Amino acid sequence: MEMTVAQALIRCLEMEGVEVIFGYPGGAILPVYDALCKMGSIKHILARHEQGAVHAADAYSRVTGHVGVVMATSGPGATNLVTGIANAYMDSVPLVVITGQVPTSQVGTDAFQEVDITGITLPITKHNYLVKDAGKLPTVVKNAFHIASTGRPGPVLIDLPRDVATETIKLDYPDSVSLRGYKPTYKGHPTKVKEAAQMMMKAERPVIYAGGGILNSGATGELLELAEMLSAPVTNTLMGLSSFPGDHPLFLGMLGLHGTRYANLAVTKCDLLIALGARFDDRVTSKISSFAPDAGVVHVDIDPAEIGKNVQVHVPIVGDVRQVLQALLPNINKKDRSEWLEQIQNWKEQYPMGYARDGMLKPQAVIEAICRHTRGEAVVATDVGQHQMWVAQFYRFKHPGKLISSGGLGTMGFGLPATVGAQVGRPDSLVVLITGDGSLQMTLQELATVVEQKLPIKIFVLNNNCLGMVRQLQEFYCERRYIATEFSFVPDFVTMAKAYGIAGYTIKSHSELDRLLPEILSNPDAVMVNCLVDPQENVSPMVMAGQGIDQAIDC
Amino acid sequence: MRHTLAVLVENNPGVLARVAGLFSRRGFNIDSLAVGRTENPDVSRMTIVVEGDDRILEQVTKQLHKLIDVIKISDISPEEYVDRELVIIKVHSDPARRGEIMQVADIFRARIVDLGRKTITLECTGNNGKINAFEESLRPYGIKELVRTGKIAMLRGLRFTSVNGQKDDD
Amino acid sequence: MKMNGAQILVQGLLDQGVDTIFGYPGGSVLPIYDALYDANIRHILVRHEQGAAHAADGYARASGRPGVCLATSGPGATNLVTGIANAYMDSVPMVAITGQVPSALLGRDSFQEADITGITMPVTKHNYIVKDVKELAMTLKEAFYIATTGKPGPVLVDIPRDVSGGTMDYEDPGPINLPGYRPVLEGKEEQLNKAAAAITDSIRPVIYAGGGVIGSGAHQELKRLAELLMAPVTTTLMGLGGFPGDHPLYLGMLGMHGSRYANYAVCESDLLIAVGARFDDRVTGKIESFAPDATIIHIDIDPAEIRKNVRADIPVVGDVKIVLNQLLPRLEAKLSGAWQQKIDQWKKEYPIGYEEDNDKLKPQQVISAIYKATRGQARIATEVGQHQMWAAHYYTYTRPRSFISSGGLGAMGYGFPAAIGVQVACPDEVVFDIAGDGSIQMNIQEMATAVNYQLPVNVAVMNNGWLGMVRQWQELFYNRRYSCTELVNPDFVKLAEAYGASGIRVTRGADLKPALEEAIRNSGPVMLDFVIEREENVFPMVPPGESLGNMIG
Repeated sequence: MEMTVAQALIRCLEMEGVEVIFGYPGGAILPVYDALCKMGSIKHILARHEQGAVHAADAYSRVTGHVGVVMATSGPGATNLVTGIANAYMDSVPLVVITGQVPTSQVGTDAFQEVDITGITLPITKHNYLVKDAGKLPTVVKNAFHIASTGRPGPVLIDLPRDVATETIKLDYPDSVSLRGYKPTYKGHPTKVKEAAQMMMKAERPVIYAGGGILNSGATGELLELAEMLSAPVTNTLMGLSSFPGDHPLFLGMLGLHGTRYANLAVTKCDLLIALGARFDDRVTSKISSFAPDAGVVHVDIDPAEIGKNVQVHVPIVGDVRQVLQALLPNINKKDRSEWLEQIQNWKEQYPMGYARDGMLKPQAVIEAICRHTRGEAVVATDVGQHQMWVAQFYRFKHPGKLISSGGLGTMGFGLPATVGAQVGRPDSLVVLITGDGSLQMTLQELATVVEQKLPIKIFVLNNNCLGMVRQLQEFYCERRYIATEFSFVPDFVTMAKAYGIAGYTIKSHSELDRLLPEILSNPDAVMVNCLVDPQENVSPMVMAGQGIDQAIDC
Repeated sequence: MRHTLAVLVENNPGVLARVAGLFSRRGFNIDSLAVGRTENPDVSRMTIVVEGDDRILEQVTKQLHKLIDVIKISDISPEEYVDRELVIIKVHSDPARRGEIMQVADIFRARIVDLGRKTITLECTGNNGKINAFEESLRPYGIKELVRTGKIAMLRGLRFTSVNGQKDDD
Repeated sequence: MKMNGAQILVQGLLDQGVDTIFGYPGGSVLPIYDALYDANIRHILVRHEQGAAHAADGYARASGRPGVCLATSGPGATNLVTGIANAYMDSVPMVAITGQVPSALLGRDSFQEADITGITMPVTKHNYIVKDVKELAMTLKEAFYIATTGKPGPVLVDIPRDVSGGTMDYEDPGPINLPGYRPVLEGKEEQLNKAAAAITDSIRPVIYAGGGVIGSGAHQELKRLAELLMAPVTTTLMGLGGFPGDHPLYLGMLGMHGSRYANYAVCESDLLIAVGARFDDRVTGKIESFAPDATIIHIDIDPAEIRKNVRADIPVVGDVKIVLNQLLPRLEAKLSGAWQQKIDQWKKEYPIGYEEDNDKLKPQQVISAIYKATRGQARIATEVGQHQMWAAHYYTYTRPRSFISSGGLGAMGYGFPAAIGVQVACPDEVVFDIAGDGSIQMNIQEMATAVNYQLPVNVAVMNNGWLGMVRQWQELFYNRRYSCTELVNPDFVKLAEAYGASGIRVTRGADLKPALEEAIRNSGPVMLDFVIEREENVFPMVPPGESLGNMIG
């Protein structure tokens, strides 16, 4: 069938099962928007800044498992996506990003709203395309979805010049891809799998260190089975949180810089570290030489480049975590490790996670209360900073895929647009944003999107009048020489909410918290809750730079 | 330690930028990089000489593999291979010293490609060591200009680096 | 003296005369912020790094001094990208300093690591990653030199945390030596002579002046040239204010949304003197029929601009101010004649105008009112879209650096943070951001910055409930299929109040004057919500791909 490339693009998206696009229009992408409108088959969520669109698509993908699709115009539209693309790249989120481009004859002439977005995004996309030949569009789209969603997922960008978008082609959507340079490995090498099983059976003090790869590959069931078979305690990275039940006795919580002491001690003392879909990030390992110093390391990851990148690995297994675990489980038997578990239990009792519940409203108390009132079942999006760590420490996720947070890039401003994407993807779930007063301001324009789309999200601002995490760093690394971290002015978030037509609450005390939460959480519309929390509160424990993770200090 | 990598890539625009960008952002050191098309017009071949230990080589190889346009990577250093580099050198030459220079050229089987009133331009191919030696021999005469292509290399005999070749080093 | 990298950086900034930086802190820039704690440099804390980049850009455009912004690694750095690209497209001198993860963690996908030098390669004039504290002082010196000389532009300096924290005995870096960078400032004699001859021979000359006139400070030379030749002057968007808007020889802006008389004059000219302008596609329309009968003299600092888009019969590479000073003595005065009469005729026949409507507030009317209320003396920043074009048409700019707008990149969200930068650079002047309801939302968070520092920026929102320019295109070229351009907006007055700023809503022409006077009197930021006619279009207009002569509306 003959149609314009713009129409063909929409048709291809339909065939990929795309239901929602997040975007912002502009001159160079107009033909595609026109086709989108004409064909009417795909819902479009209009953001208020392209950064909002891309973070929303990112979160949409995280909650649904589908490829997130985002669209923007050339020039500033495209550059406004950069942070969001980098964010998805660092957290291995499958995105297809479609940008308009100036007509081919103007490419490279510094034309109005022209930027070399394929050049700019080279370091932060899994792959990208500039479509110069109209006939190649269907193949490019097919490849883009394939590359984004398979292997280690990631963002793929398609840059489409305006003149190409208006050319006419015969749409013939390919059934399969043929990419000789791209063939991800899914099945673990059988010998390595056997070796790993033997190590697991031999080990006396195993720890499972599980990352975001568990969630990406859908291996939560297998993880649970493995942990119970081996009686091995499980610690999560930030990205891995919710992949293992937060209330399970084998759960150690998060490890690393702000991890629990017992998780960090367990890793330090273990004789076998089973790393599943995790990448030994610096926030996890801190000083590498004292990270799991006595342990053999089994590392299962879909990305061969992650294996051996930061730490030495004894049994590398390249493959999809779920498939590898399925192959591995029949090779192991139930094993009792009461001594090791007893040790862990002692650590848990000796170093419990806690905080002093006195005086002003404590941010940790807000999170614990939200967890209680949502029974650990809400979809929780966070921004970046102290509140993010407190969520990781104090919200006990019951079900997989419920934490939506910027891990690798650590993007302040991710949270609010992420709730937009999460709620669009899961219209029937309770979606909660836990954010800070600094982060929320970064992308607060998306409140208009929340209202326009009638998304009943619940926003909790842990308002401490400062950039808390950086301030905390200044307290410990810069002798309390606070600069540029204490806001001398913070907007009135309740009035702001009202300006957007959103209900607002202020919570100042622990007693108000429990009194107001049921009402807030059952509100059928969006709500903004300004929680005035203790500005002196720090995230504790904390591993200072260059220290081993067992050397955490109390803050 | 130096490694010689033969890298087959899709002949797409921007592929050189992808490879160069990767080396720069991951902090790998390129000693030389030569690129050109192969017997198959869709495929280009890069010969990359990298400096680094085994761990770095492993990362370089794996990270290169992640580029969609990279089809195949072989570290040919441990194998038997032929390698060549081309150098063109313009040397200062008074008529009086021309004979000497031509003798040097003879020793290295270099060819004279241009002769000016006060210059002589020579081309020479060979492996890295030979080219270095040639350069050193001409240095005393006064090198006015020098250009090297960077190394290209190929496995000997029945071993191949091709898209569906017999040698699978990935 | 033993200093750490951060202290060396601060010392370098002071040596460059930097008094203000715009930034946002984070882990990787901690040492730099700590050094700033003791330094005599004003730090303006924004609420999103994009705001910092645009504010530094606005500061540079208003003051003529390089703007400096500072951000942390990863998202901090990537959030600068649009602002850097914007400065690059509009040739604004800017130095962006970013923190980076420690060298040992580089290339390992570490927390908040982004390859910002790789990312910004296409949008910076040059960029650096400093791997050794010993190189820092020289790098910074070079960065400022490159940013401010030749064709100005943004330079990024990426500093890993171990480098800003590393110590050394500080010594002056010495003179700069950049063999790959030697801007040509003076025009070649031969070219100047050819240009002078062509000017002397011409009967229907038009001067087409761009941002280069403002960048090089050549506005007086331009005026002398025009008056000497009695040559009409049209400016690009970037050139607004480079020639007095109330001068009889002024034609207004040319191009897609130029005045008819400017476009007609260019079409019929026999000599086009392009001064610091780059024949952008928004200016030329269909290139084949741009100034078809004219000999083109192209004066530009950037040799790569010459013959990039349009033929140049007589290129003169050099700094516009220097070249004009070289050229002026070679020219003789000309008298006004038939050409000038023809132009005056066009001006009478095709004035820029709009239909007034007593029931509705017209955006053009609002801009005219702002012009009157500020007696033409304000610094006007704009966002991007219809209001930007109206601000170009209905406010008369009489001095350089009074119109601050995103020209090349066309970045919505630029105006408000830019206005903050302008106000910081010009604390005693009246500053307006003329905005649309779509654009203002993009960086609305910076209202907190404006209130924080009590910067009396006036934000004039032309609120029509649409992404107006895109809607206009959909109306004219896409059969009124309004795909995703209608907006649900916040209550801008209440929003201002949430920030502790003042908000004023204006719905009638009669309220314009008092509202504007109140806003100007107010010592803090004010948000003016002008509820305007919803479907007003920007006219006249050259449809995309058409010749300048074929205007509609």
